[in-house]
Amino acid sequence: MTTAPDMHRGVRVGGWSWVWRPWNVLVTAALAALTFLVFCVSISIGDFTVELSAVVRTLVGQGERVDEFVIMDLRMPRALVGVIAGVALGISGALTQSIARNPLASPDVLGITGGASATAVFVVTAGGGAAIGGAAGLSTAALTGGLLTGLLVYFLAWKKGIDGFRLILIGVSVSALTQAITTWLLVLADIRDVARAQRWLVGSLDSRSWPEVWAALWVMAVLIVVVLVVSFQMQPLHFGDDVAAGLGVRYSAVRAVLLLSAVLLAGVGVSAAGPVPFVALVAPQITMRLTRSPVPPVVASGVFGALLLIGSDLIARTVLPNDLPVGVVTAIIGGPFLVYLLVQANVRRAA
Amino acid sequence: MVVEQRAAPPGPDPRRRRLLGLAGLLVLLVVASVLSLVIGTRSLTPAEVWQGLSGDPGGDQRLVEITLIVQTLRVPRTVLAVVAGIGLGVAGALIQGHTRNPIADSGLLGVNSGASFAVVLSVSLFGLRNPVQYMWFAFLGAAVAGAVVFGLSSLGRGAGNPLTLALAGQGVTLFLAAMTTAVALGDEQTLDVLRFWNAGSVQGVGFDVIGVAAVFVGVGLFLAVLNLPVINLLDLGDDVARGLGVNIAAGRTVGVLAITLLAGAATAACGPIAFLGLMVAHIARWFTGPDYRWLVPCAGLLGAAVLLLGDVAGRLVVRPAELQAGLVIALLGAPFFAALVWLGKFRQA
Repeated sequence: MTTAPDMHRGVRVGGWSWVWRPWNVLVTAALAALTFLVFCVSISIGDFTVELSAVVRTLVGQGERVDEFVIMDLRMPRALVGVIAGVALGISGALTQSIARNPLASPDVLGITGGASATAVFVVTAGGGAAIGGAAGLSTAALTGGLLTGLLVYFLAWKKGIDGFRLILIGVSVSALTQAITTWLLVLADIRDVARAQRWLVGSLDSRSWPEVWAALWVMAVLIVVVLVVSFQMQPLHFGDDVAAGLGVRYSAVRAVLLLSAVLLAGVGVSAAGPVPFVALVAPQITMRLTRSPVPPVVASGVFGALLLIGSDLIARTVLPNDLPVGVVTAIIGGPFLVYLLVQANVRRAA
Repeated sequence: MVVEQRAAPPGPDPRRRRLLGLAGLLVLLVVASVLSLVIGTRSLTPAEVWQGLSGDPGGDQRLVEITLIVQTLRVPRTVLAVVAGIGLGVAGALIQGHTRNPIADSGLLGVNSGASFAVVLSVSLFGLRNPVQYMWFAFLGAAVAGAVVFGLSSLGRGAGNPLTLALAGQGVTLFLAAMTTAVALGDEQTLDVLRFWNAGSVQGVGFDVIGVAAVFVGVGLFLAVLNLPVINLLDLGDDVARGLGVNIAAGRTVGVLAITLLAGAATAACGPIAFLGLMVAHIARWFTGPDYRWLVPCAGLLGAAVLLLGDVAGRLVVRPAELQAGLVIALLGAPFFAALVWLGKFRQA
C-alpha cells in the first residue's frame, strides 16, 4: 500500500506547505471525469432518451430547444441535487471519520439523519395530506431538525473537549431516541401519509427543482471553503491529541470547526436527497484505498460520494424494477461493504 | 499488580444486600402486575379485577363486561409483558457478560431490524396477516441478524470493543431497515403491518402467541442457568477463563443460543423493544455487584417489572389513546444510555 517515496515531494509557497502526491491527484481527477460521464448518462436516459453528444452540446449551451427543455428543466435538477448531496455527504463522512479517528463512524451515527427523519415525518404526517410548504418546506424542516439534533449530540458529547468514542455512543443513543419518535409519528398517521414519509425516509432524488439546487449549492460552497482551509490542520489530528498539540495544532478548536462543518454538510446532503444511507460511510473508505492515502482524503471523498449517489440513482432507475428510491441501492452496496470493513479491521488487529 | 475492585458493594454484607434487592424486585413485580391489571382505558378496582378473574359472571351485564376486559385484554398483555420482560432482561445481562461489552443490547445487536425485515418479507411474499404465523419468521430474522452482529463483533481481537459492536449493529440495522422499506413501499398493507410492528407492543396478541413465546423463553432460561457459572469466568477474559479450565467454545455456544431464544422470542411476540435489556442489566448491577449468578436473575425480574410499568405508563400518558410499550421504553432507555456514557461508565477497549 505504498507508492514510490520519490514521487512525494514537499511544496512550499510562502507560509503554506504541503506534500505533492501525484497519485492522489490523478485518482481524484479520474474519479471526477467518471462522475461527469455518469452525470451525462444519467441526464440522457429517461422516458425520452437524448443522445450523449446532444447532452454535452446542451451543457455547453449549443443544444436544440427540445433537448434544452428536457435536460435543463426536467433532468438537470435531479442530477445536480444528486451530485451536491453526494459531495456533501462524502466530505462530511471524511471529516467525521477523521475526527472520531474511526473508519466506521459516519454522520448517520451522529444523529443528523435521525433528527432530519423525525422532523420530515412530522411535517409530512402533520400536514394531513398536503405537505406544508411543498418539497422546499420539507427539506428546510428536515435541515433544521437534522442540524438541531446534530448540535444536541455535539453538546451532549462535549466534556472538556470532544472525544470520538463518547461522540459516537451519544450519537447512537440520540439516533435511537429520534427513531422512536419517528415510529410513533408513523403509528399515529394516516396510511397514505405513511407511504409518502417512508419514501422520503429511505432517500430519493425524485422531482427536484432549480431553487433547491441553488440553495444547497451556495451553502455547500461556503462550507467547502471553510473545510479546505481548516483541513490543513487536520492531518496531525490522526496522530492523537498529544502529538497534534506538539506540532502546534490547536486540536480542540480545529476539531470543533471540522465537526460543525461535518454536521452542516450532512444537513445539506440529507435535506437535499433525504437520509440516503451509507454514502458518507463508504465514500471516504473506498477513496482511502484508491488514493492509497493513510487518512480519509477530503476532496476525493466528495467526488466519490457524488459518483456513488448518481450512479446508484442511475441503477435504481434503469436496472431495478418499479422505480425504487436511490437509498435502497446505496444500502445494498454499503451494507456488505461495512461488514467487509469490520471483518478486515478485526482480523488485522488479531494479526 | 493492582486489581481494581469492580462495583464493590458498599454495605457490610453483600449477601444481605442482594437478598434484600431480590425481595424488593419480587414486590415491585407484584405491584406492577396489579397496576397492569387495574389501569387502562377503563380503570377497574382490584376487587373488580378479582371478580373478573375468578368468577362466573352469571347474568350481571356489568360483570360480563369486566370479565371480558380482564380475561381477554388485561391478563394476556400482563402475562406477555412478564414473559418478554424476563426474556429481554436475562438476555441483556447474558449479552453483556458474553461480549464483555457494557453497551451490548438485543436492539444494538440488530435483532429488532432482523425481525422487522422478516415480518415484512413474510407479509409481503406469503400474505400472512396473523401474528401467530409471522412470529416464526420474526424469530428467525431476529436470530440470524443477532448471530451475524454478535459473530462480527467477536471476531479476532476486536472482541469486547464497545465501538465495534455499536457500529456493526448500526450497519446491519441500517442495511436491513433500507431493505425493509424497499419491500414495504411496494405494498400498502405491508407498510401498515410494519408501522405497528415497529412500535413494539405487548398488546393485541392472544395466548396462542404468548404460549409459543413462553416455551422459547423457558428453554432459554434453562440454558441461561446452565451458563451462569461459566459467564463469571468468561467475564475475566478468554485467556484467564481458558487457564481456569473453561471450555470456551461450549460456554459461548450455550450462551449465544440462550440469548437468541430469549431475545428472539420476546421480539417475535412484541415487536422491537430496544434498550430494556441494557437498562435493567446496569441497574441490577448496582445492587448485585458483578456476580452473574445474582445479576442474571435480578435483571430478568427487573426487566419484567420495567416492561410492565412502561406498558402501564403508555396507557396513561396519552389517554384515552395508548403509547406502545416499546416506544415508552425507547424514550426512557435512550436518555438513560446517554447518561451512562456521559458519566464515563463505558470505556474504550
